[in-house]
Amino acid sequence: MAEIQIWGGLRPAVGGASTITLEAATIRELFRKLEERYPKTLPYIEQGISVSIDGVIYRDSWEKKLPKGAEIYLLPRIEGG
Amino acid sequence: MNDDPGYTGQTFKSVGTRPVRPDGIDKVTGRARYGADFTMPGQLTGLILRSPHAHATIKKIDISKAEALPGVKAVITSKDMPDETGGDRELLPILENCMARKKAFYDGHAVAAVAAVDMPTAKAALKLIEVEYKIHKHVTDVDKAVEPKAPVLHRDCFTRGVDPKPEKPSNVARISTFGHGDVDAGFEQADVIIERNFRTEQTHQGYIEPHACVASISPDGSGELWVCTQGHFVFRQQCAQLLGMDVSKLRVTSSEIGGGFGGKTHLWLEPVAMALSRKANRPVKLVMSREDVFRASGPTSATSIDVKIGVTKDGRITAGDATLRYTSGPWAGSWAMLGAMTAFACYDMENVKTTGLEVLVNRPKTTAYRAPSAPMAAFAVESVLDELAKRIGMDALELRIMNAAKEGTQASYGPVYGPIGIGPSLEAAKNHPHMKAKLGKNQGRGMACGFWFNFGGQSCTNLNISMDGSVTLTVGTIDVGGARASLSLCVAEELGIPYEQVKTVIGDTGTLGYNEMTDGSRGTFASSMSAIMSARKAIEEMRHRAARMWEISVDDVVWEDGHARATGDTNLPPLSIADIASAAEKSGGPIAGHTQLVADGAGVSFATHICDIEVDPETGATKVVRYTVIQDAGKAVHPTYVEGQFQGGAAQGIGWALNEEYVYGDDGRLQNPGFLDYRIPVCSDLPMIDTQILEIPNPNHPYGIRGVGETSIVPPLAAIGNAVSNATGVRMTHVPMSPPRILDALDEAQA
Repeated sequence: MAEIQIWGGLRPAVGGASTITLEAATIRELFRKLEERYPKTLPYIEQGISVSIDGVIYRDSWEKKLPKGAEIYLLPRIEGG
Repeated sequence: MNDDPGYTGQTFKSVGTRPVRPDGIDKVTGRARYGADFTMPGQLTGLILRSPHAHATIKKIDISKAEALPGVKAVITSKDMPDETGGDRELLPILENCMARKKAFYDGHAVAAVAAVDMPTAKAALKLIEVEYKIHKHVTDVDKAVEPKAPVLHRDCFTRGVDPKPEKPSNVARISTFGHGDVDAGFEQADVIIERNFRTEQTHQGYIEPHACVASISPDGSGELWVCTQGHFVFRQQCAQLLGMDVSKLRVTSSEIGGGFGGKTHLWLEPVAMALSRKANRPVKLVMSREDVFRASGPTSATSIDVKIGVTKDGRITAGDATLRYTSGPWAGSWAMLGAMTAFACYDMENVKTTGLEVLVNRPKTTAYRAPSAPMAAFAVESVLDELAKRIGMDALELRIMNAAKEGTQASYGPVYGPIGIGPSLEAAKNHPHMKAKLGKNQGRGMACGFWFNFGGQSCTNLNISMDGSVTLTVGTIDVGGARASLSLCVAEELGIPYEQVKTVIGDTGTLGYNEMTDGSRGTFASSMSAIMSARKAIEEMRHRAARMWEISVDDVVWEDGHARATGDTNLPPLSIADIASAAEKSGGPIAGHTQLVADGAGVSFATHICDIEVDPETGATKVVRYTVIQDAGKAVHPTYVEGQFQGGAAQGIGWALNEEYVYGDDGRLQNPGFLDYRIPVCSDLPMIDTQILEIPNPNHPYGIRGVGETSIVPPLAAIGNAVSNATGVRMTHVPMSPPRILDALDEAQA
């Protein structure tokens, strides 16, 4: 079971929770389970969600593993200049 | 082959040196080709008609007279650019911005365009287009736009990010919140609390080269686009979607780029040129005038920020709270969100909360500008921190050192930090001679910190070995700030050959897989990761070729110092790349290395700036007399370019702090769309900007590289604000701190 922390903007889509738990071993599985359990997150997933694993931010790496006990934080996709 | 992107702590021979830039001669002799330098046979001249109104319904457009003018080959309106977006929420605003549909949303919004045989004919045709408008009330001010009685730009705009959905539409497109802890409890622990409102005005990136492109669309559904852009693969994707084309049938070639800073990450005139070309069946060139650039490309947000910070009397921050309102033009952006994420990112805070409001106004569509949204948030936070330090009698730098984030700190925007450079940059500032230098009359010293995320993303590179042993690296990221030099250095390092033996070129969209833009300080970080992997693949191939040439096992071949060497008891002389390449035809054909990857793990970036200014109490004019930038680069591949990025960011921040602003009249029209009235700093306005590069390796890059292009625009607004306040005794809360504003502040303080 992975503990997933949620940024403020996404919380309304998961019922207001700041933290949820999901059975997920990879980023791909995390997004699939997130969409299954919280359908309102789909527009956010389509727009792009970044995943921070122990402070390293991943944008597009579905295959990235979620180590047990790691800090996992969902963040909005950002733009640069 | 080693395909692990992790940092190994290796020592370098090429990386870290300062060779002559490869694009220098072409640029100083005028040989370099920029966006407007492309020309095609049969090319037409395009021009765009723009709305003179800030907010108006387009009731009717009559193009018949313009079409009848001899020499006019095409006239288009939004009817010639039908909605092919399929409901894509990201693309539709781009289409609406490139050509107004039902409403014109700002002064300068495109409403029609012509293509003609020459410029005089195109200008005459524009005058013959008759547009009937119904003018609406407009709003350009960020705070007025959120008032209940403000004219609402879109009746279908209901604030996102709040639950339940609001009952009425408004100009607040989205609200984003970040933070952790309990700010109310934190403020109760504070001995001193300061709460202030800060405003910053809208500024433009000020790139010297205006937007320009040539489009040639064939009746068979294929097309070509030559364009000045920060991301030609992204432009191809979006232009093809907007025009209803197959992406692979559009080939986009990027020109040299005369500055972008985020402003060339978005489409402005390219789909219009393509639509004109499609209708005229001729190539069409479109070039923005400087006035067009100001009125109708993408400046940064104007902001209004409420900040509240509490500290104990010994200097510990107990809580921070900020509400940030950022203009995003007529369509929703994520600019306030970025401000909310970055505002307190430099500090280790137990209780922090930020709320960002994306505010719609009748101004041009906001676009990224170098560490977008972070400078304004830093201006507010860093100003209050300075004021708090004074109130508790503590040195402002010591207060920041005490509260600086470090490895393991939970960032104010969410996750924990890995190894970061804010603490070291503050310590370097403390020990810098600049901090101990004497100040003159009417002078003040200020300092401030800044943060930017940096990111990586999709990258794809080809590395080809020529028969003479020289090497060509083809990348898909635009060289905005010296990437060709730094990428050549990385390839030279990996292959073990001289820098002069490597040439890096920017491939068009037909030569490589998809590459994300040069933005987010990703160009050197991401493309170097891909280039290093491509070089490693080429080395692996060359080991096999050498084994064939020697008729030994590849396991007995190693790569050292640019040569294949046979291991064990042998007299075989080493083979250079040229030796191996010259036999390529017989050993298996061309030698190359190709890589496609997603470069993740871009390390975050921090900077500390110190500046001395002098305020003329008679005129209110402020002169920067000394400026120092200290920033973490991870590893400076080409230190001269890194220093240039530090200096460039600081120079733009200084202009933002002191002079630059969009001035709108009561009629909603931009009053200063030109460099005479919109004052960017020139060389004579600035001192030599000193730099100090820190190298705290990014553990997620083979060479430890972090992006360096953006962070140094973040601290200047606050550093100068603090310096002005220290010189005059008056806290400045409104950027730019132009002479009239400083005089007003001085007068108010005396009154």
